[in-house]
Amino acid sequence: MEICRENDTLRISDLDPFLAELLRQIPSSTTCDGAPRAEARLFSRPSAEKEICKEWKSYVEPELRRLFRSATETVAADLAQLNGNEKSLRNRTLRIPLEHADAWLSTLNQARLVIATKYEFSEEELNDHDRSPIGSRRDLGLFQVNFYGFLQEFILREMGS
Amino acid sequence: MSAVTAVQLEKGSTSTVEAPAKEKETRGEEELDVPWQVVVHNDPVNLMTYVTMVFQRVFGYPREKAERHMLEVHHKGRSILWSGVRERAEFYVQQLHGYLLLATLEKVV
Repeated sequence: MEICRENDTLRISDLDPFLAELLRQIPSSTTCDGAPRAEARLFSRPSAEKEICKEWKSYVEPELRRLFRSATETVAADLAQLNGNEKSLRNRTLRIPLEHADAWLSTLNQARLVIATKYEFSEEELNDHDRSPIGSRRDLGLFQVNFYGFLQEFILREMGS
Repeated sequence: MSAVTAVQLEKGSTSTVEAPAKEKETRGEEELDVPWQVVVHNDPVNLMTYVTMVFQRVFGYPREKAERHMLEVHHKGRSILWSGVRERAEFYVQQLHGYLLLATLEKVV
């Protein structure tokens, strides 16, 4: 896989089917279905005071949901470039307009937080980048968190340059 | 004090209208004066570079100051990013939640 910037576009090329599939899973990875702890992480309490939390749930949380959903929809639309079967995904290129960078940062962050919360990864696990090959769904989850983090780092670097 | 106020109408007659009833205050003056602080808590998932960028964007802090706060969050578990009136503190916490940081507003004691 190669990742670089071309003018106002971020280009991820030479994607193998496995990484292309992980990219395609970004939007669905943000869903908290059946994982209340993940939901609680995305919509964390703003205060120890009950009254503030109550107002927050009524007025702020719906706005945050809209914000997160909008970012995820933008990413899903970009990822439509990767539609196809495994064979057609070989060496596929994904182009992300730089103006979508914020949506990507948000969606990658949502996905990383949801996956990390679902599998309850420890800080030690999250910092272990030399982990052995993927042997379980949990290992794959950790790989996803790190892969999405790598993409975030790249986007941040290119936004700052 | 009565809530009735006399008003002079255009044709010279006088009438009375009910003054608007004062709504029950939900936050007393004393409470409004109490400063609030915006606290960001450590989260092992959010990237350090991402957190620094968020602090720069939300508070307009220069990179060095944003990094100092990020490192404080990382090493001490929390950092006070801002303190002042409640309304502004709520706004900042909302912004930080929009970036998925663990942030709370707390009364300064």
